[in-house]
Amino acid sequence: MPSLKDLKNRIDSVTSTRKITKAMQMVAAAKLRRAQESAESARPYADQMGAVMSNLASGVGDTESAPKMLSGTGKSDTHLLIIATAERGLCGGFNSSIVRLARNHIIELQSAGKSIKIITVGKKGREQIKREFSDLMIDHVDLSEVKRLGYGNAKSISEAVLARFNSEEFDICTIFYNEFKSVISQIPTALQLIPAVFDSSEDNENLFYEYEPDESEILAELLPRAMATQIFTALLENGASEQGARMSAMDNATRNAGDMIDKLTIEYNRSRQAVITNELIEIISGAEAL
Amino acid sequence: MASSMQFDLVSPEAALASMTVSSVEIPGSEGDFTAMPDHAPVITTLRPGVIKASSTEGSFEYVVSGGFVEVNSDSASILAEQAFEKSKVSRDIIESLIADAEKFLENAGTEAKDSADKRLADTKLLIELLNI
Repeated sequence: MPSLKDLKNRIDSVTSTRKITKAMQMVAAAKLRRAQESAESARPYADQMGAVMSNLASGVGDTESAPKMLSGTGKSDTHLLIIATAERGLCGGFNSSIVRLARNHIIELQSAGKSIKIITVGKKGREQIKREFSDLMIDHVDLSEVKRLGYGNAKSISEAVLARFNSEEFDICTIFYNEFKSVISQIPTALQLIPAVFDSSEDNENLFYEYEPDESEILAELLPRAMATQIFTALLENGASEQGARMSAMDNATRNAGDMIDKLTIEYNRSRQAVITNELIEIISGAEAL
Repeated sequence: MASSMQFDLVSPEAALASMTVSSVEIPGSEGDFTAMPDHAPVITTLRPGVIKASSTEGSFEYVVSGGFVEVNSDSASILAEQAFEKSKVSRDIIESLIADAEKFLENAGTEAKDSADKRLADTKLLIELLNI
């Protein structure tokens, strides 16, 4: 049976924990709004890019001259996985759900005899991946100093990946991130970057575009840009998901702390009453003995 | 025959403009051209330069660092790598664009050297063009 003082201390400590989680929840909510805004404003570009690329790709895709980024190297021996996670923890299952998806993927590929290389983005995922696959990790992108994610960040990742592709370090490249559905739902997603996949969309109006310069040149120029855009979109989705996950995790924590405070307060009052009753009994029996 | 077309200017980070215009002057990589309503569908890359959209409300000018454009009979969508309103462009912005282009030239392989050279020259031209 804890003493009154112990209970009091515990109530105080849980109360201050609740203050912290409440504050974190509100900060996450504010950041989420900003992250959603940037995801929103990036969407027109990505959509347009996707539409043009699928148009172009369907025209050039099958020919011999198609760029390697589109058609692949013809092999699938070496896989490069970009695993994008958060720089910070305390966001529920956000990081582990990406890592779990990636881990399943890695094990599947390994059992099929493929070799794997890993690039991690974000500190938290790196720590988890490192435990099991430290020998596969070839690079890490540190975004902890980045206040507001810009296209430049995505572009430099994309350029680094391309440089590796051109020196034939891998055949297939996939990025892992959390897709933002809502505050309570984020879906871990794997998106293949190389060879590039563009959904040949429903609204193929079969417009006959004139291309300046010709199709293959434009394609060669646009493919790296399209990949940077895809990475950028993925990172933005990830950012919004992270804040959403943190928000709901902190909301839960705040509620749990409240429940705990209620329980502890009841226990505190009970033992306080017990102490009073005890004292009364002692006084009364003392008085009777006289 | 339509007398106006939809003009969109988007960069990866933001949508800069979306309006109805009567014509758009576009600095294409194979030469400048003006897109007007009922233009034949064309997709072309951009060189660093100034885009000028004219509408009944006046004309709007934007500086782009490159990208590409998709023109239809009733719309022109510009996907710029980086884009700024002309009035907001400062010397610093252009200098940073030039630095980018120089870096690109340094890293460019033999195949891309020509286009990288051109990009740098075009970017440097912007200073005179904008008179800043």
